[in-house]
Order: sequence, then structure tokens, then C-alpha cells
Amino acid sequence: MTERERWPERPARFETLSGIPVEPLYTPESLAGWSPAEQLGRPGEYPFTRGVYPTMYRGRLWTMRMFAGFGRPEDTNARFKYLLAQGQTGLSTAFDMPALMGYDADHPRARGEVGKEGVSISTLDDFERLFADIPLGDVTTSMTINCTASVALAMYLAVAEKQGVAWDRVGGTMQNDMLKEFIAQKEWICPPEPAVRIVVDMIEFTAKHVPRFNPVSISGYHIREAGATAVQELAFTLADGLGYVEAACARGLDIDSFAPRLSFFFDIHNDFFEEIAKLRAARRLWARFMKERFGATKPESMRLRTHTQTAGVSATAQQPLNNVARVALQALAAVLGGAQSLHTNSYDETWALPTEEAVTVALRTQQIIAEESGVAMTIDPLGGSYYLETLTNKIEAAAHEYIRKIDAMGGIVRAIDTGYPQREIADAAYRYQLMEDRNEKVVVGVNKYAMTEGHPINYLKIDAAVEHEQVERVRRFKASRDAAKVERRLKQLAEACRGTRNVMPVLIDAVKDYVSLGEIADVYRQAFGLYREPIIF
Amino acid sequence: MAERAIRVVVAKPGLDGHDRGAKIVARALRDAGFEVIYTGLHQTPEQIVATAVQEDADAIGLSVLSGAHNYLFQRVLELLAEQGAGDIAVFGGGIIPPEDIAGLKAMGVKELFTPGTSTQDIVRFVREHIRAAV
Repeated sequence: MTERERWPERPARFETLSGIPVEPLYTPESLAGWSPAEQLGRPGEYPFTRGVYPTMYRGRLWTMRMFAGFGRPEDTNARFKYLLAQGQTGLSTAFDMPALMGYDADHPRARGEVGKEGVSISTLDDFERLFADIPLGDVTTSMTINCTASVALAMYLAVAEKQGVAWDRVGGTMQNDMLKEFIAQKEWICPPEPAVRIVVDMIEFTAKHVPRFNPVSISGYHIREAGATAVQELAFTLADGLGYVEAACARGLDIDSFAPRLSFFFDIHNDFFEEIAKLRAARRLWARFMKERFGATKPESMRLRTHTQTAGVSATAQQPLNNVARVALQALAAVLGGAQSLHTNSYDETWALPTEEAVTVALRTQQIIAEESGVAMTIDPLGGSYYLETLTNKIEAAAHEYIRKIDAMGGIVRAIDTGYPQREIADAAYRYQLMEDRNEKVVVGVNKYAMTEGHPINYLKIDAAVEHEQVERVRRFKASRDAAKVERRLKQLAEACRGTRNVMPVLIDAVKDYVSLGEIADVYRQAFGLYREPIIF
Repeated sequence: MAERAIRVVVAKPGLDGHDRGAKIVARALRDAGFEVIYTGLHQTPEQIVATAVQEDADAIGLSVLSGAHNYLFQRVLELLAEQGAGDIAVFGGGIIPPEDIAGLKAMGVKELFTPGTSTQDIVRFVREHIRAAV
């Protein structure tokens, strides 16, 4: 009788969430030929596998940054102040769909959407209320906004100026990752080439004038949420990053002048070790690309710093309190993976935007990991694990293979034009759904351990009056502006768009004269044309 | 005479870019043998109704995750009625809280599918409740 017959295995699929086969045991043989000096290095040193800083969380804990935004600017301002009072260390702003797509609150296409999925913003007047009494020289702010990120940056810098804060003291992050919009998040105005040009304008401008600002957060989060596997998430995200670096170098920027300020954003899904391995593989791959492909010489240029967020898509509407446990495990994986910043999702987000109570539990989860669990005491505590190092190598190799394919297509913009990443993701999402439907992947409380649901949870409702009030305010405000000044600014912007001049200085002057986000987006639409997606399903 | 296949327009109304669910549903319905037209993103209610009428659709499936469902579903139903196309059934799904579901159904939405729904349930709904126009 063999050992397998005496000790039979459960009839389960032993593979990671992304389908990587998992062995029953990993041993020193699993890592034959593997060199810790080459593959790991020391934390804070090339290739940064063990972390981007020499002391990691012993020096400073990760930034606890909860994404918030809903209703009118003053509603979100109140939530910001509440979160700061609860010990949160950075702000993160969610904008509503009209702002994200380049429409003012009073535009017909904004009907029904004002303040629903984020805060409503049309002019600098709204931005001033959003950041009222928040000292922009002390707090760093992350803004999840993309095709209109240039407008948000202009408005943020204008508010800082009004607060008397010099731009070189302003810190924060714009998501501003347009390539992943075409791949996954799907909020766009113009086609990829002009969209990347505006991104490079922002990279160039912040490198010169706002040195503490991260002009792009190269994001895998949305790619994963749209259905990608961990490997696809990593590969497409790094490919997007390479796309921006190539475009910035093509403009003549020195790699070491802007690369240190490129930042990343990854999803942290259910498979604990796979997610930790993904972050470690990401750092190693990026460091090597920057050094070997682009000839970066500063260590800061090779460091992949990343924000992380627990996987929204893993949350269930059924038995919603179970999401607290999922989020805790995912958050722990983010920390063990060496994240610089983390957003923990609230248990009620499959129902609506989170309530204050749910957000507090999510923030406390991070504080418990940081201050009670002991995991933040030593750097990369899982480094050297036979399993984790094997998985890190596998994910790195598989992602690299995808990137080679994209390189062969002529780069990420060409790949997007052909619909390659979009199709890969749609296929993975469909496969995943079918596995859930056939109970091949367990979703606790949904396809296993389901219960008749008790009383529904309390969830946040946005009063319908908010839209009406905000629309009226924007209308009145726009009518009170100096129309001739607004016209002049729009003309200057159109000229900058059609030429090669950096749009940022023109944009900052425009928003200071209260030119609106929608008006600026209209100039982009006219100057650059509209993007039409390939229909793939 | 063989009945023609049921024709469904799967649409993403409004500005919301979350299309994972819509694409999965479109594909599951196609794999189940229905004729599926997927509109793509960022459609106005006017565009969606025009597509459904032009394609002679039997049903429209709307996917909304932005919280704008009350306005968007109502507008699609109004436009269908105005154009004498009230026989096109409307169903949908997304992040839709329970108390809004009751209101939407009262308005005339045939069924709403929320997170955790299996694609088989949606296929079964279309098979049992949607009829191909003759």
C-alpha cells in the first residue's frame, strides 16, 4: 500500500485562485539553484523582493488610507475629517461618475448619477469645499480619477496655493492610469495616444514643480476586479507602466528624473500566499525592467512602491458580516507582501457605499494587524519559505511571458488596439464565473453554507435631494463667472492641446478662473476625438 | 415552423464602467442559445431603446453598478412606452439595494439580479419569462 493510498487526499482542486497547481509539500529541492543573494537581496536593496525600504514597518507602518467620497463636497469633507479623527493617516478621494467621465453636475448625461458613486465636482468652488480646513501641506491625498485627472491636479494645486502651501510641500497621488482604463475600468474620453500624452504632461510637470507628488498610480486593481487572474493583473499592470516610461523617455525626460515618483496599486484577493507572492514578484520584475531595459541608475527609480486594496469582487451580498473575515485575511496578505498603503473594504459594499460604522470596522482591522498581531515587527517574515519563494518565481515567470507577448505586439497601446488584454480578462472572468456556478470554487455563504437571509443590514442612502441641490449650485455658480475670461482660458487650452506645449500650466490658470471640469473635457473631446471601444464579450 | 431565437439586448446605461457582469451575462445567454446584442458602455437610455427597437429585441437586460438605477431603469421604461415598444421586457442587475428592487418592479421591471446570482438563474429566467415576438 502506497502512502497516497493510506493517506488519501480530499477530493479538492489543489491550485491557487489563479489556477497555479499547488504541491502537497515544498522542500529545499523546490528551490534548487535558487540564490537568495540574487533573488531576494536585502530589504531596501535591488531587486527589492523583500521590500522597498531598509527598515520597512519597523521604521514606519503602512499608510492607512480609506477611499471615501459621496454626495456634495461638504458631505465628503465631513467623512474626511471623521476618518482623520479616527487615526487614518492619509486621504483618498472617490469622485462620482460624471466627474470621472468629464461631465459637470448640470450636464444631461449626469442625470441620476450626481454624488452617487463618489463626490460631485464641477468647478474649483467644489474643490475648495471638499478640502475646507484640511491642511494640504500636512495630509497627503490620493485621488482616484483618470481621464480628468489633469483637471483634479490643477484644482488641488490651486487649493494648496489658496491655503498658502507651496507646491513643493504638496504630497499625494493621482491614479491617472489611462491605459488600464481601456483595459478594465472603462472611463475614458479620447483614444489611448492623446490620453497617454496628457499623462506624460503630468509626469513632466510634477517632476519639475510638485516633487512630492505621484503623478500616476499604475493600477492592477481594476484589471483584477474586471476578472483577470493574479498573473494577468501583474503582467498587464507592469506592461502599462512600461508604456508610460517609454512615452516619457520618448519625450526626452531622464528616467531617473521621473521614475522614483511612479507608484502602483494592486488588488489583494482571497488566495493568501498567491497575493503575497504577487507583490514580491512585482517588485523584482519592475526593478529589473527599470535597470536593464531603461538604464535607471538611482535605486529609487527601481523601487516599486504600491498601494493595495482588498478585493471588492470577493465580497458577498449574502451573509455580509463574513466579509469582515475576508477583508482581514486579505489585509494581512497585503502587509506580509510589503505594501506601502492599504485600503480595507467595508463589509456592506455589495449593498451600497459604506456606512460610517462599516468603514470604522475596516479601518480597525488594519490597526489590529498593525498594533496587535505582531506581524509588523520583522521585515518580510515569510521570505525564504519554500512554498512562497516557489510561488513568487512562478508568478514572476508567467507574468514575464505575457509581457514578452505584449512587447512582440509592439507594446501595450498596440495590444489594447487589438483588444488583447480586454479579451484575456473577459475570458478569465467567464471561466471564473462558471466555476462558481458549478460549485468548483467555494464561495462561503453563496454556493456553500448558504442560509435563508435574516434582516438586511443597514446601508448608506444618498438623498435624492443632493443631486438637485448640487446641480442648482453649479448652475448658479457658473452663471456668476466672468464669461469672457472663461472663453479666453478655453481657447488657450485648445491651443495647448493641438500643439505640443504641456497643458498643466494652462489648466491651472483655467481652473483658477473657475473654468469647469466639463468645459475642459469638452475641449479634450474636440481636440482629441472620442474613444470607441471594441465590443468584446 | 421553428420558433425564432429569443433576442436580448444587454446594455450598460449611464456613465458606469463596470462591465464584468454585463459581459458575463451576455456570454452566458449567447452560450445558452439566445441571440445577444451587447451595446458596449456608456449608453444613454435613448440609445439603448433605439438599439432594442431597431434589432427587434424581445428583452433588454440593463446592468447598473453606479447607484443610478432608479433613474436609468425608469427612463428606459418610459421611452419604450413612448415608442409603442412596451412589449419589450426589461430586466436587470447590479448593486441594487432591496428597497429599490420593490420600487423598480412596481415600475415594470420584470426581474432584478443582485451579486451572487448564478448565470444559470438568469438563463432560466429568460427561458421561462421571455417570449420571442412573432
